[in-house]
Amino acid sequence: MLIWTRRGRAALRTAFAALFALVILAPLAVVVLAAFARSWNGVLPGAYTTGHLRESLTDDRLAALLVSLQTALAAGLLAVLVGTWGALAVASAPRLLARVADTLLHLPIAVSSVVVGLSMLVAFNKPPLLLGGTRWIVIAAHTVLVTAFAYSTVSAALKRLDPAYAQVAGSLGAAPPRVLFRIVLPLLMPAMSAAAALSIALSLGEVGATIMVYPPDWRTLPVGVFTLTDRGRVFPAAALTLTLLATALVTLTGLGRLGRRPGAR
Amino acid sequence: MTSTLTPVPATAVEAPAIGWDGVSVRYGDAHALRDLTLDVARGETVALLGPSGSGKSTALKAVAGFVRPTSGRVLLGGRDVTGEPPHRRGVGVVVQSYALFPHMKVEDNVAFGLRARRLPRAEVAARVTEMLAMVGMTAHRGKLPRELSGGQQQRIAIARALAIRPPVLLLDEPLSALDARLRQDMLDELRRLRGELPDTAIVYVTHDQTEALVLADRIAIMRDARLVDVGPADELYHRPPSAFTAEFLGGANLIPAEAVAGGARVGDRTVPAAHSAVASGPALLCVRPHALTVEVPGPDGLPGRVTAVQWRGSGYRLEVALDCGATVSADLPALTGVPAAGEPAAVRVGAACVVAREEP
Repeated sequence: MLIWTRRGRAALRTAFAALFALVILAPLAVVVLAAFARSWNGVLPGAYTTGHLRESLTDDRLAALLVSLQTALAAGLLAVLVGTWGALAVASAPRLLARVADTLLHLPIAVSSVVVGLSMLVAFNKPPLLLGGTRWIVIAAHTVLVTAFAYSTVSAALKRLDPAYAQVAGSLGAAPPRVLFRIVLPLLMPAMSAAAALSIALSLGEVGATIMVYPPDWRTLPVGVFTLTDRGRVFPAAALTLTLLATALVTLTGLGRLGRRPGAR
Repeated sequence: MTSTLTPVPATAVEAPAIGWDGVSVRYGDAHALRDLTLDVARGETVALLGPSGSGKSTALKAVAGFVRPTSGRVLLGGRDVTGEPPHRRGVGVVVQSYALFPHMKVEDNVAFGLRARRLPRAEVAARVTEMLAMVGMTAHRGKLPRELSGGQQQRIAIARALAIRPPVLLLDEPLSALDARLRQDMLDELRRLRGELPDTAIVYVTHDQTEALVLADRIAIMRDARLVDVGPADELYHRPPSAFTAEFLGGANLIPAEAVAGGARVGDRTVPAAHSAVASGPALLCVRPHALTVEVPGPDGLPGRVTAVQWRGSGYRLEVALDCGATVSADLPALTGVPAAGEPAAVRVGAACVVAREEP
């Protein structure tokens, strides 16, 4: 511990709590209040309503919520698959190739999501791989964006994994596929669950690339929030954000429970 | 015990169970193992003994297939397995960290190799029961590895390696993670197990000379990625072929001397030696700390001055700076009266041998 005095520790904790409240909690609290605000002219809303929230659960908005969920689950699953595959491949590749592959797999973190959206739009807007105007281009864009985070999470766990597990399993007569599916992947499961949760959370909130590529029949909830805010309808947008927040919390909690299950043989 | 799982060719019956034939392993410019040639016979235990970075673990990994030799051949029962992956070698391995699969119960850990070989379920169950009984862990079969102590984990790692009935068992510093008391118990346990595996060739990697002396039929001393000396444990101890072996195996004092017939000359005194690797000329008088006695100065013994006295419970360790320039350590029983630090003394040499000086 860096600070030994009780008073010093208390001061540090207070400063941290204040900073956390200001940067994280206050904006969230404002969104929650705004979701229930009928009018807001002072420090707090002048009058409250549940109308915006009811509006956010109409068929149209629920459809957007479902689209967001489906996109996030598909992109999250694909990201974990590709990210894990990438991490395993990089771990066993020659040093130079591993370094190049590692950089490429991290690239989407370095470039703006708008750049990813634009590149997908240009790349997949003509046959033979015509994805433009379909839901698949949205899922593909989200997958590209979140795979880097999934790869990063699984790759870090793989580096910490004692290579002796796989070596001993091999010496006991297990062929590489058996070692992978019975030993390595079960041991990576907590990291893969974390990667899935992170990917889904990021995908649920993605708007930069989506807005470049989404077709009319595959509009995600964040796009709806953006559109409403753009039109000056801040309170309905806040209600929609609250729905998105609740959905993300429920999904991630469920995934967290799944990840904590003791590994089966 | 012969493997029912990895058939040994008839031509290989007389071949050594393990053979390193000029094996070298390099990582870039760094040599992890240089030109190792060594055989281990069926039923023999060979300890690879050396300090950290001496190449002993690399030698073991080359047999297990965990590292690929840069040059040379690895032979198992006369069969060249240099290019074969670990799962085709049929070798039992116990690593330093045990590497018990944390998501599997004890019984599933032991059964892993048997299931990988697709043995019938009844045979797997019977073999697991037999192995757990052998290491005295039957009561713990349903536990997860994290619920076991270090010693118990080690027993399971051994049971898992032996379950496949390998003709070769490789043990990589299996006791190094245990505390001193448990290490002694497990050493006794390993000796007992050794007796139950009369046909299994065992390679035991360690940096602890006691483990090597207790368990091994032969000891291979390694240093700087090379094999320095190899021979029966008692022979290496009593008649070390080199200064390094004398010092590493038993912590011998090495006193610069001139080899003469029947012993060595230190200063103006001649010390008799039971064995001499050098006929004449510059050499080192090799004498264990327990073979020295420290007395009041007199006509006998090598004159010097006590520089330090350490009480070690069962006895004393004295550091004595000899007049000839060398400093020696002497272990004396607790009941003996010992001189204090700073007092003059004469060091009388008991059993000694003469070894060659090392090239600078």
